[in-house]
Amino acid sequence: MAASDYLPFIRRPKPGFVTETGEPVWGVMAQFDTTVDAYHAAEKMRDAGFKHWDLHAPFPIHGIEEAMGQKRTILPFIVLGAAFTGIATAIGMQWWITAVDYAGFTVQGKPYDAWEPFTMIIFELGVLFSAFASLFGMLALNGLPRWHHPLLCKERFLASSDDKFFVVVEARDPSFNPEQTSRFLREIGASAVELVEDA
Amino acid sequence: MTSFHPDQVTAERLAGGPHQAPADLGADGSLNEDPATRSALVLNNRSLHEITEIVCGYAENAPGKWWLPTFALTATVAGVGTLMILYLIITGVGVWGLNNQVGWAWDITNFVFWIGIGHAGTLISAILCLFKQKWRTAVNRAAEAMTIFAVMCAGIFPAIHVGRIWFIWFVFPIPNYNYIWPNFRSPLLWDVFAVSTYATVSLLFWYMGMIPDFATLRDRADKRLRAGSGTCKLSVHCPITGIKLLGFPCSADRIRAFLYGLFAVGWSGSSRHWHRYETAYLILAGISTPLVLSVHSIVSFDFATSVIPGWHTTIFPPYFVAGAIFGGFAMVLFLLIPARELFPNFKDLLTLRHLENMAKILLTTGMMVGFAYSMEFFIAWYGGNRYEVETFINRAFGPYAWAYWTMISCNVISPQVFWSRRMRTDPRVIWIVALLVTIGMWFERFVIIVSSLHRAFLPGEWGMYFPTPVDILTFAGSCGVFLTMFLLFLRFLPVFPMAEIKAIMPQGDPHGHAGGHGDHDDHHEGGH
Repeated sequence: MAASDYLPFIRRPKPGFVTETGEPVWGVMAQFDTTVDAYHAAEKMRDAGFKHWDLHAPFPIHGIEEAMGQKRTILPFIVLGAAFTGIATAIGMQWWITAVDYAGFTVQGKPYDAWEPFTMIIFELGVLFSAFASLFGMLALNGLPRWHHPLLCKERFLASSDDKFFVVVEARDPSFNPEQTSRFLREIGASAVELVEDA
Repeated sequence: MTSFHPDQVTAERLAGGPHQAPADLGADGSLNEDPATRSALVLNNRSLHEITEIVCGYAENAPGKWWLPTFALTATVAGVGTLMILYLIITGVGVWGLNNQVGWAWDITNFVFWIGIGHAGTLISAILCLFKQKWRTAVNRAAEAMTIFAVMCAGIFPAIHVGRIWFIWFVFPIPNYNYIWPNFRSPLLWDVFAVSTYATVSLLFWYMGMIPDFATLRDRADKRLRAGSGTCKLSVHCPITGIKLLGFPCSADRIRAFLYGLFAVGWSGSSRHWHRYETAYLILAGISTPLVLSVHSIVSFDFATSVIPGWHTTIFPPYFVAGAIFGGFAMVLFLLIPARELFPNFKDLLTLRHLENMAKILLTTGMMVGFAYSMEFFIAWYGGNRYEVETFINRAFGPYAWAYWTMISCNVISPQVFWSRRMRTDPRVIWIVALLVTIGMWFERFVIIVSSLHRAFLPGEWGMYFPTPVDILTFAGSCGVFLTMFLLFLRFLPVFPMAEIKAIMPQGDPHGHAGGHGDHDDHHEGGH
């Protein structure tokens, strides 16, 4: 994820590698045909010490985080923050309206600042804010929405949302080299390897 | 006398010994009762690609000849209902059968009915997700869709029942020159927040579940466009004469690639994304579970916090929640059993086993509401309040006794057929019971609301309520809206969560435990 992926007027970094036709190389992708192959390939990629790589799969593979050596997401903390924001909003709104702005009107013979009736809306707004944070926080951490991606320009890659698995190494990985990385991917069992141009 | 150790049975079966699983596993092979093996969640050894084909195929191709006439019918009913609402707004609530005594009648009955229907969707997606019930993938997308449409229908009634609908914005805490704030001590206002939160969270949950499936539909349309096979222009033909009525300048696949692509927000199936996605899904499930329980509890507070005999009871929150789950599961079955017949491949994804599971939930929740009905009577007697006693005697033997006994026969008696295994594995029987339960749950709300209101403390205040044609057609219209939305959903959206189904299939197991064991989770020892 880089700013130049989203904002076309930001100059892209100079490509490290170019294809035979002179296109900048974005990375290399390798197809795996079964979940088992993809899982083992991920373990080997992790052990080989790649940094900017990924495994694209049509579904979440059980336990792939450990196979890829991925850190746990911080999303739960974002949601927790949103929940407290929602709770604070609900308390502030209800207390200010009922106990401050309407102080002087006795409603139902209750104290102006009785907190018990506020609990329902405190709960509801806490849930509402958390729900927004979990969807939009997840998308933001994933760098989405992003309607253009070099991988989606590759016809072969379209099977990644159907039944194929793709290990992808980006050119910005320190140990990336088009020939060597492609050879490595074939060695770990890829059924097809393709160079991805930075389209 | 010989005794068996269960392990011995398993070992013998694996070795081809005498304790083989019975050959007849029910009509589709999913009704396996052998505790040593699990029924497959997807039948006929479908491959991952076949799942994509089945689910996307129905969203991409024209449905059978039944679709358009059915859609026309439900859309017409929805249109009639809309005209009735317009008539109500122009004329006033006098066009309904409400009167001074029965101030809430069909409007709030319909509201509680529809909001209750919605609860099964959240239950299936959230609570069954937390309990790791993998069979939920067969029904969760359709149930979530049903939730959204039911909440849409529910939202209509409180808005139009206020009479002067142009003041409905008074329910929102908006600063205004009238110096009017809503009353935060009223359960009616809690309801506004609960229902709108519920609608929003359900929509977010539903949408998030569909993002990966939108990406699949986008990629398929893209693939056809690249191959040049998706370029035929979209046109509408007269169903009778076949004459072309309307032509569009771009192909259907271009529209699909654009719209599905827009909503897929660039999803590319990255495992790093999937990790955050699954975390977000689990959080949403975790917060939706207390939410769904709170929403119907708050709806029941509308009644329980009043002093009307028949309403003023502490059993209402759990009783309403159980009833909502009961009615919602009935509606899921009512819609999905015909869908399963009309889209035959769906039978591999939604097996008899899944229907049986839901029939068992109907039986359980049906007995919960039955218990609540009897407990209400017990407390009326035990509480020693004569108004309460009179209300309940009037409910069962007064002028609305027919409604009360309709409710009892539909909700308490009809699900009892599910004690029989043959009954709860026969889709036709399940469908009929689901229909009866849906009717019964509507009558439950009618009984609670109208039979409690129509005879107040003084005989001088006694009256009756009868619906007018406007009442009836407005309710029919809301059913039309609901079914129209559901038909559009069946036609254009992924009815099954493809990604989730693929993940629970044997081919989706990263450790290669293939062979029909669809449902075991103990192979993975890694820490989380």
